[in-house]
Amino acid sequence: MTYNLETAEHPEKLRRVAIDPVSRVEGHGKVTILLDDQNKVHQVRLHIVEFRGFEKFIQGRPYWEVPVMVQRLCGICPVSHHLAASKALDVIVGAKRLTPAAEKLRRLMHYGQMLQSHALHFFHLCSPDLLFGFDSDITKRNIVGVAAAHPEIAKRGVLLRKFGQEVIRVTAGKRVHGTGAVPGGMNKSLTIAERDELLKDIYHIVAWSRDAVHLIQKVHTQDPGLYNSFGIFRSNFMSIVGHNGDLDFYHGTLRARDDNGKLIFDEVDYQQYDKYIEEEVRPWSYMKFPFFKSLGKEHGWYKVGPLARVQNCNQISTPFAEHERKEFVDYAGGTPMHAPLAYHWTRMIEMLHAAEVIKDLLHDDDLLSDDLMVEGERKMEGVGVIEAPRGTLFHHYRVDENDLITMANLIVSTTNNNQAMNEAVRHVARRYLHGREVTEGLLNHIEVAIRAFDPCLSCATHALGKMPLAVELVDPEGNVVHSLSRS
Amino acid sequence: MTAPVVVFAVGNPSRGDDAIGPVICGRLEKWLENEGLADQVELIEDFQLNIEHALDLQSRELALFIDAGENTPAPFIFGQIYRSTAATHSTHALPPPAVLQVYRQTEGGEPPPAFVLCVCGDRFDLGEGLSPAAQERLAEATDLLEKLFRQPTLAAWSSMVTMR
Repeated sequence: MTYNLETAEHPEKLRRVAIDPVSRVEGHGKVTILLDDQNKVHQVRLHIVEFRGFEKFIQGRPYWEVPVMVQRLCGICPVSHHLAASKALDVIVGAKRLTPAAEKLRRLMHYGQMLQSHALHFFHLCSPDLLFGFDSDITKRNIVGVAAAHPEIAKRGVLLRKFGQEVIRVTAGKRVHGTGAVPGGMNKSLTIAERDELLKDIYHIVAWSRDAVHLIQKVHTQDPGLYNSFGIFRSNFMSIVGHNGDLDFYHGTLRARDDNGKLIFDEVDYQQYDKYIEEEVRPWSYMKFPFFKSLGKEHGWYKVGPLARVQNCNQISTPFAEHERKEFVDYAGGTPMHAPLAYHWTRMIEMLHAAEVIKDLLHDDDLLSDDLMVEGERKMEGVGVIEAPRGTLFHHYRVDENDLITMANLIVSTTNNNQAMNEAVRHVARRYLHGREVTEGLLNHIEVAIRAFDPCLSCATHALGKMPLAVELVDPEGNVVHSLSRS
Repeated sequence: MTAPVVVFAVGNPSRGDDAIGPVICGRLEKWLENEGLADQVELIEDFQLNIEHALDLQSRELALFIDAGENTPAPFIFGQIYRSTAATHSTHALPPPAVLQVYRQTEGGEPPPAFVLCVCGDRFDLGEGLSPAAQERLAEATDLLEKLFRQPTLAAWSSMVTMR
């Protein structure tokens, strides 16, 4: 756990390579690499524009608008923000415990979100790298290339994503800008017709999800030299865990382990998160760097997301996913696996779990109940935490006596992974770029490492013509000596 | 019954002129209802285009993608598009030709004839409303849309393109 390669000793004498923004990652990210005349790497930084502006945007708004507004943070996982905000505002309206129907409907919505997000990420964001190789023809390394070479895989990816979107539509009320979750519960249940429509497909979805786990397991285990070492770094890890330490994406308590798997803290009520986690500001980055207070900023940073969750829980409550978790743990040899490319394997285990939970929920008649709302003693402050597809997501609000938001603090999954992603990028730069002529294929190695974490950047704007990709090589005097771009 | 025409209106309402797509979608929905044409057109609003939108192209006679554009000639461009295998740097947000290509390669047939209406936007910052210039362009774009949906045929739409 070091900051090696974060800051060069004499940056003014070095050549700068910028990847801006990182391709196939939504929003805007940028990697800068400082090289000397022998192409030796001296400094590597991943810069991400965070949405601090959104926290200001929320202030002064009535609290009941927030669960809908925050969906505009992210075009890929709006449900995560919708539910994290709703959970924080449950506290403010005094809803200590939701009705069984409301909690199950929210859980169904969230697991639909996990399913569609993980499917999109694996089949269409990362499978191009995994199926074609990191150095393959750039024109094939996208979803269109996958569809051409592996039409059945591409088709399943589309249908898994579509199914997850349908789960969201029927629980949230709309495909986008849904209003399903409200402070204190839900505003709609499922109709029998909606439930039966989802039931028709769920068994295919479970089967395809199992196939996806086996596919990535095969890809990973066939090349352990690459998959167990690419971008590797050791770190602490954190997630929420549910009852009895089960894997749980919707609710639980905070648990953190060190790089050997030893508990750092456990059963922490997330209303107290700010007693355990602090965010550090660094002058070169817009995004903060969270760390565990008890370990300090140098040793207290951590990773979140599928690789953390699957290794942090005691077990998974659904049988197929639990079987796959055990396979993964056995493969890791009983100690935590830290290889970033193992995110893909664990992400598919989670997708399978999400599919199994959706199947079970669809057989629960509570989903049809109209007992959806509770309220209690009004509070002025609340924290909501869920496990979003990319990792732990915190929403923290204070509300005044006029029901207006006076403070909002969001720690998104990508912020939690900030230091971890930087470490992975530095490892890859050191291993693959150091002393070599920089090529597009080598630069893609950097992006492969970032995509393993599935960062969601300041997103949800995408107008045609925006988000070009530019790679610039700049000499020590700051002159651009070579550039590439595509849009 | 599947509506013969599908419209994808894309954008984030909280990001300045990125709201052009959703605003047009709202106006078009009201206009189609008033004209008794609502069952002829399915409107799909989303933050961005993605792979599953290929499935919304099934059994259509025409498709229209409406979006804001940066550096687009004002007030807008309207033109026919074709499926494309061109590399993109993002699979979190597909350009319209790539959605058509996904349809071809997952459904096995040719996608329906498709057009893009791209309205020029100026600012895309968080929390911004529509710029005054974008509001004027919206009015012009709405005039075009009314003409298009009074004659929803390939021949009629082809005769109205501003970009070939």
